[in-house]
Amino acid sequence: MNTAASTSPVYLDHAATTPMLPEAVEAMVRQQGVPGNASSLHGSGRQARRVVEEGRERIAHALGCRPGEVVFTSGGTESDNLALKGIAWARRARDPRRTRVLVTAVEHHAVLDPAHWLADADGFEVELLAVDARGRLDLDAYRASVERDPGSVALVSVMWANNEVGTVQPVREVVDVAAAHGIPVHSDAVQAVGALPVDFAASGLDAMTFTGHKLGGPLGVGGLVVRREVEVGALLHGGGQERDMRSGTLNPPGIAGLDAAVAIAVEGQAGHADRVGALRDELVRRVLEVVPDAHLHGDPVDRLPGNAHLGFPGCEGDSLLMLLDAQGIECSTGSACSAGVPQPSHVLLAMGCDPDQARHSLRFSLGRTSVPSDVDAVVAAIGPAVERARAAHRGAR
Amino acid sequence: MSGGVDSAVAAARAAEAGHDVTGVHLALSRNPASYRTGARGCCTIEDSNDARRAADVIGIPFYVWDLSDRFHDDVVEDFMDEYAAGRTPNPCLRCNEKIKFAAVLDRALALGFDAVATGHYARLRTGDDGLVEMHRAVDHGKDQSYVLGVLTQDQLRHALFPLGDSTKPAVRAEAERRGLLVADKPDSHDICFVADGDNAGWLREKLGDRAPNHGGQIRDEATGEVLGTHEGTYGFTIGQRKGLRIGRPAPDGRPRFVLDIEPVSGTVTVGPRERLRVERIDAFRPRWCGTVPDRLEGTVQLRAHGAEHRAVVHVAGDDVRIELLDPAEGIAPGQAAVVYDGTRVVGSATITAAHRVATDGATDGPTDGPTDEAAAGATDGVTAR
Repeated sequence: MNTAASTSPVYLDHAATTPMLPEAVEAMVRQQGVPGNASSLHGSGRQARRVVEEGRERIAHALGCRPGEVVFTSGGTESDNLALKGIAWARRARDPRRTRVLVTAVEHHAVLDPAHWLADADGFEVELLAVDARGRLDLDAYRASVERDPGSVALVSVMWANNEVGTVQPVREVVDVAAAHGIPVHSDAVQAVGALPVDFAASGLDAMTFTGHKLGGPLGVGGLVVRREVEVGALLHGGGQERDMRSGTLNPPGIAGLDAAVAIAVEGQAGHADRVGALRDELVRRVLEVVPDAHLHGDPVDRLPGNAHLGFPGCEGDSLLMLLDAQGIECSTGSACSAGVPQPSHVLLAMGCDPDQARHSLRFSLGRTSVPSDVDAVVAAIGPAVERARAAHRGAR
Repeated sequence: MSGGVDSAVAAARAAEAGHDVTGVHLALSRNPASYRTGARGCCTIEDSNDARRAADVIGIPFYVWDLSDRFHDDVVEDFMDEYAAGRTPNPCLRCNEKIKFAAVLDRALALGFDAVATGHYARLRTGDDGLVEMHRAVDHGKDQSYVLGVLTQDQLRHALFPLGDSTKPAVRAEAERRGLLVADKPDSHDICFVADGDNAGWLREKLGDRAPNHGGQIRDEATGEVLGTHEGTYGFTIGQRKGLRIGRPAPDGRPRFVLDIEPVSGTVTVGPRERLRVERIDAFRPRWCGTVPDRLEGTVQLRAHGAEHRAVVHVAGDDVRIELLDPAEGIAPGQAAVVYDGTRVVGSATITAAHRVATDGATDGPTDGPTDEAAAGATDGVTAR
């Protein structure tokens, strides 16, 4: 084994967490030292409230919604839980027949698990919507599922773009089908904001999840955009903050950092996507030159600009990850972990891969700090790493 | 790195010696529990986190390798099959042979590592003939060379046991000094995959309706009399005294021990302690650490933490015959006989049959009653750690 490079690592796991923008760090740090609870009525309270509300306004402007539609949360998982459970509860309270929760089979666990929880513990039914081999929702199957009994659908959740394989989902078409029956649609857009053009109003969505640490903002702060007319039951009860949907003392420093990051990420989205997309294309092209039987998973065109999810037949992804990590190259197998044990990815399984194929993949995700020498490092290391990982895999047969 | 103190200190020593060390925790359970219970020291998510924290403190990379399928096929299934056949397996030897120094070692070598280091208490040194020798640990109370007796020369060449020269208290003190939080974590004793240490309960559940679960009779060896019934032979080990639940005492009032287990008919044969005395052992599937002997005068150990018996060992291909100069008691087929030449491990073989010392009957047994330790010791075979 080679020792990890003493220089700074080649960080290609931006889809997990991307480094904070300096402007976000500055905005957050500046606010950290300022006293004040945004719910207090005195001057310090009003000052804290102003930071929160100005942040809300700027974020609303960037995401194409009204300020009153932004609900601040602790991040993506909370936002997804709030959307799935909160909307399902409110919809069933209005009409007890609305018990079907439709989600794509490739959602993040932050959507899948609340959906399954609603089914297992709260009397709902969850339907996993099929995707094609590229990971894109099968619209015909979706339409059939809705139209089988539209009156029984509580909500639909379809992610904007997949965190593992990068495939962009047909959110507009999903909304069109649902809207015809008055069914609300939620989308987890944590990977999309700043990477793809995201406009909440234009999308027709009823709720949308975003989070700070995927777009250059801080960890532990994010939001759910909720259309005004949509009822959402609360998960957290208490002081009644955030339209009574999400109690809890507001977080001005986090929101200041989030606000700065969202504004910059959305403002620079097109240029960022062009630059990172070109770098990603070069990475894929050159890796395929070195390892000709590797292949790109997901949609070849309609995908997140920074995502390169590659299959290496005859390898285990976690062997490759370890070998690259030892060379200072940091990436991901892209799949969920329990106790650090890699499970075959549910996304790849839903795309029709067998469990072996689902284990042989690596996700390189590029971001704002990625540079051409990162690609060079991967291209130099991947050949020998694949060779060794294959030898290890053959030995395990 | 199991999450225990031994593997943590072994990793720290290997790193300090200048090796390029990577910490690996083996996920051996398909459904790991969140927290430790009882005396187990591995296999839960909490143990995995302990191992990760130790690696952080040492400053080495850390990964979890999922070997749960291999472990299930090679160790757990074997454990059940052996019990189903009326034998008493030692899963720790099996794990060392098939998992730690086979599946893990092979993968490690393929990925570019040179060796697997573990926290086992045993010593390695290179002999005059250039072969790697394995010796008992300095701490005889902690010595684990018995459960490593299945390792071949090829495996030993790629093994490191950094703790072999230390005592357990010294290892704990060193862990404390190094700031390893596992320093005072209790030793594990039970079989790692039997969560609550209830071996019989585990077997009852897992064996389902296989033969040893059918129940049967408990018979007296001398008279053939049926003394009682039982729920399944899996609950018995040769030499066991406790838990027989025989209503009537023997005519001579002395305790009775399990002498023989017949899983198909479900018959458990019991008799007096002297009928446990064994003078000759047949074994097969030998694994030699170095040169294959054909005749050797040395010692054998017949269960984990068991006594050493002076013996003459005869080897003919796959068959091993062991003449015991000091008779042994309660020898269970399925257990490993590990052969030593002084402190050096020569090899091991799996016991297939134990031949009793001829006695004149149940009337001339020893006058002193057996101790509880003797009975407890007989079940050691499945609790080696």
